[in-house]
Amino acid sequence: MAIEDDVAVVGGGIAGMTAALAAAREGATVRVISHKDSTLRSASGLVDVLGYPPRSGGSSGDSDASESPAGDAGPLADPFEAIPDLPEDHPYTAVGLEGVRAALSLFDEAVDGYRGGHTDRNALVPTHGGTVKPTARYPASVAPGLASDPRETLLVGFETVTDFDAPLAADHLRAAGVPFEVRGVTVRFPGAFRADARVTRLADALDADERLEAGDDPSGVSTSLPARGALAAVVKPRLGDAERVGFPAVLGRHETPSIRADLEAELGAAVFEVPTGPPSLPGMRLEGALRGACRDAGVRFTTGDPVAGYETGADGEIAALRVERNGAAIPFHAESVVLATGGLVGKGVDSDRESVREPVFDCHVPHPADRYEWFDDDAFGDHAFARFGVATDGDLRPLDARGDPEHANLRAAGGVLGGYDFAAEKSGAGVSLATGRAAGRAAARQVSDS
Amino acid sequence: MTDTEVVVVGGGSTGCGVARDLAMRGLDVTLVEKGNLTHGTTGRMHGLLHSGGRYAVSDQSSARECIAENRVLREIAGHCVEMTGGQFVQLEGDPDEYFEEKLAGCRECGIPAEVLTGQQARAEEPYLTDDVKRSIRVPDGAVDPFRLCVANAASAERHGARIETHAEVVDVLADGDDVFGVQVRHDSGPGKREHARTGERERITAEYVVNATGAWAGQIGELAGVDVAVRPSKGAMVVMNCRQVDTVVNRCRPKGDADIVVPHETTAILGTTDVEVEDPEDYSEERWEVDLMIDELSALVPILREARTVRSFWGVRPLYEPPGTGTRDPTDITRDYFLLDHAERDDLSGFASIVGGKFTTYRLMAEEIADHVCAELGVSASCRTADEPLPGSEDFTVLREYMDEFGLRSPVGRRSVQRLGSRADEVLSTDGPNPVLCDCEAVTRAEVRDAIDQSGTDLNAVRIRTRASMGNCQGGLCCHRMAAELHPEYGEPQARAALDELFEERWKGERHALWGEQLSQAALTYALHATTMNRDRDPADGASVEYAAFDAGGADGD
Ligand SMILES: Cc1cc2nc3c(=O)[nH]c(=O)nc-3n(C[C@H](O)[C@H](O)[C@H](O)COP(=O)(O)OP(=O)(O)OC[C@H]3O[C@@H](n4cnc5c(N)ncnc54)[C@H](O)[C@@H]3O)c2cc1C
Ligand SMILES: Cc1cc2nc3c(=O)[nH]c(=O)nc-3n(C[C@H](O)[C@H](O)[C@H](O)COP(=O)(O)OP(=O)(O)OC[C@H]3O[C@@H](n4cnc5c(N)ncnc54)[C@H](O)[C@@H]3O)c2cc1C
Repeated sequence: MAIEDDVAVVGGGIAGMTAALAAAREGATVRVISHKDSTLRSASGLVDVLGYPPRSGGSSGDSDASESPAGDAGPLADPFEAIPDLPEDHPYTAVGLEGVRAALSLFDEAVDGYRGGHTDRNALVPTHGGTVKPTARYPASVAPGLASDPRETLLVGFETVTDFDAPLAADHLRAAGVPFEVRGVTVRFPGAFRADARVTRLADALDADERLEAGDDPSGVSTSLPARGALAAVVKPRLGDAERVGFPAVLGRHETPSIRADLEAELGAAVFEVPTGPPSLPGMRLEGALRGACRDAGVRFTTGDPVAGYETGADGEIAALRVERNGAAIPFHAESVVLATGGLVGKGVDSDRESVREPVFDCHVPHPADRYEWFDDDAFGDHAFARFGVATDGDLRPLDARGDPEHANLRAAGGVLGGYDFAAEKSGAGVSLATGRAAGRAAARQVSDS
Repeated sequence: MTDTEVVVVGGGSTGCGVARDLAMRGLDVTLVEKGNLTHGTTGRMHGLLHSGGRYAVSDQSSARECIAENRVLREIAGHCVEMTGGQFVQLEGDPDEYFEEKLAGCRECGIPAEVLTGQQARAEEPYLTDDVKRSIRVPDGAVDPFRLCVANAASAERHGARIETHAEVVDVLADGDDVFGVQVRHDSGPGKREHARTGERERITAEYVVNATGAWAGQIGELAGVDVAVRPSKGAMVVMNCRQVDTVVNRCRPKGDADIVVPHETTAILGTTDVEVEDPEDYSEERWEVDLMIDELSALVPILREARTVRSFWGVRPLYEPPGTGTRDPTDITRDYFLLDHAERDDLSGFASIVGGKFTTYRLMAEEIADHVCAELGVSASCRTADEPLPGSEDFTVLREYMDEFGLRSPVGRRSVQRLGSRADEVLSTDGPNPVLCDCEAVTRAEVRDAIDQSGTDLNAVRIRTRASMGNCQGGLCCHRMAAELHPEYGEPQARAALDELFEERWKGERHALWGEQLSQAALTYALHATTMNRDRDPADGASVEYAAFDAGGADGD
């Protein structure tokens, strides 16, 4: 029997799942077809909306966008204020300020355990590199660590969690002028883990509150303690006057609230996570939460195989997607399609020495002809590659080289879109949410209209 | 009384080799290098331990030196050499006469050479093209120039030498027609490099000064008022993501660009070109050079066409020819080396330059110049560098068997012990846990710390000692971990500056590989450092932040 859905979403990252959720809420039957892990496995789990105004702003097709960056301008306190002034080709322009706000409302309502919705202001979150960065929504486990909160802070690193050096991060935060006292210590994670144990292994131990070897007691008998208690016991003597304690993001995959509650009870101080990754546990938790929300809304998932091509109907619209499974192409029929395959990281945008392309529908991706214009000579310069992706009309339909929609029933969302450098402006998840919601809704409405 | 007996200028293979040789002969030596060790051409070469095969037709005296030194280095520098073996491959259509000449040349020079049929050649190197007609097998190898240079410097230090890196010679001191020392500018120090510490100037007087600055020899010559006409010639090399070949693959043709692939650690390196440049530090790095490597060499090894490259780099040959030779094409300039005794040549005593040559024969060059210096200073001591193994290569075979002892998973342990050789025990026995910091190259914390002990806050010096940050991710996942090891011995601002420097250095080469997988990798790195860490807008570097203007936490008390 043929597989038939109203809306098919290609890609199961934050953009694809948001699109699916929005479409399902419009009453459409929705399927997400996703190949591999999404970028959330690597990303911090923070939802940035806009942390800095974009650089002087050229589109990716235009190589003289290399004038000075936004300079030393500090972070935006209010991301929403700046959105109406964004360039024409920025994805936020397609959805408008109201689109961004509506997407955040959808997110706040669908995903438990995030904070930041009580204000329009950005929050400054301490990073594992010791800087602070502006974001709009953050996991509850990150909330007590915000840099504008003046409480004295202890950062705790683990000898074998090499991405987070707590004493160095503490010194760095001080150099960044944070308004609180901060110290860092490095301790050994309790138990007999290998030096190269993954952070997910430590998280599992905390989730299950596994009994861990706690060394020998004075009588020489080896003792074991539950993981959470053992961890608190290691940290407690170092607490001093700190009112909050920050750990790298290893506090469980699923049981983060109870792990934090247990640690807080033992330590008598607030406990927070400093986002780390890859692999990013906060990102994985967010992925799980979004998936749960989609399932609740009736979205179906087909995972593990790529969409390798498509079929068109007589009208040039997409009629079916071809999913490649064990060498065979299986058609998935849909009335309307959302492309949410991610950017260069998610493999939604691909390139070779000559050109840049969108591999599933072969949508046009504007880019300079010479690959030596794809990058800037400074590592943090104004990279054209960072803005690679499809260009769309106001309805998020990808445009071909002439500026016409590639297909009337194809929309794009998230990382696969061009025209913004999420890393420089800190807008990644925000663009995925806003364009995901808009694309999903439009796709569902197109189905109900026809 | 002078400060030291001999000043050696230049910390490449030649300078380090000279310093070791003289120190082993009992002289008091000071080596000064303006960057880190291998900052010059030595850190930007192809990594071929020549069998001599490449010179067997055009330059037989070089070929003979190569095979002799190839054998010596296998003995004294086992931990820096991998005897991969190599082939000169003739494709259908490549000239038969040249193949025969090459074979005869190898035999005349005493280079073991064996003809393989096309089928045998492909059995040995499965990714060779079907178009192979036949090949000549020779004892080419791969050599790690960083490790070898560092080991020479370490040996020199053990014999009492002073090695100063980040110490640039800004003047050659002469008293009329006699050179008596140099003036150096330390970046920081004297001593180990330390970011943010202001350096001093130092006058170092000596009885003899050796100019071993390779492509820069003309500049040092100028400071002393003598003309050393080096003709710097650049060559491009492209680093692949894995070892598409396990042996050295040479195209058997008279001469040409892009005709050799050398396996090196986890990678294969394609090379090279030969274009004369004005300035050994300021020359263009161009797209056509990268494309040429891939396009030409995929005729030899077809999978290279679609394979992932991780970076490209360029080096500058210190070519030299005696005044009046006037060779037009740089590929025709001799690869031989020259010892210029400025007393004899320019009536300036106490000063000599050594130019030209190649890495494989560095020890021989060093021996010749050390003989010369000893003669000048009236020292009679003979060279021992061909017999005494370098630090790291002592009792190496015995140690390999113990490599599982360090609590490391075996692939990690194996790589570490290969790099450290006989120093493994000393470096890897640590009290605390020893996690891997660089996953691509399997480099542990202990190795990084050992390198920091040697080189201060210079993370590029740590990189060349350990290979950390040199793998597929080009440091994206480990640069910051390496920098963190500097703290708390060094301050946070120093760790930050050192990280920025390493990160930019990695980017410099990765830029040339930005398409396909590596562009995705670069986008991930950029996101990780700019988005997750916000290193591009670090408030510690820029304008102060008004913290009170931002969200301080939810009303719900969380
Ligand atoms: C290291 C890092 C840190 C980041 N930090 C932050 C941050 O702190 N805050 C923030 O807001 N943003 C951050 N971002 C950005 C943010 O994570 C991304 O912008 C966002 O996740 C993109 O989501 P997406 O759904 O568009 O794409 P992705 O998450 O990349 O998902 C694309 C999905 O499509 C699938 N796919 C691709 N091709 C096919 C195909 N042919 N068939 C089927 N499926 C396919 C992929 O397998 C993948 O599952 C970060 C990104 C990175 C890389
Ligand atoms: C593209 C290329 C590929 C090559 N491949 C191979 C190969 O595969 N096998 C092989 O055997 N050979 C190879 N070679 C040749 C080999 O790399 C060189 O011959 C050798 O490394 C030269 O070493 P050196 O010590 O003489 O010069 P360098 O390594 O250049 O050392 C000179 C040093 O002097 C320093 N210096 C300069 N000015 C000053 C100053 N004012 N004060 C203090 N220090 C100063 C520089 O920083 C530099 O570190 C290759 C060369 C090139 C260019």
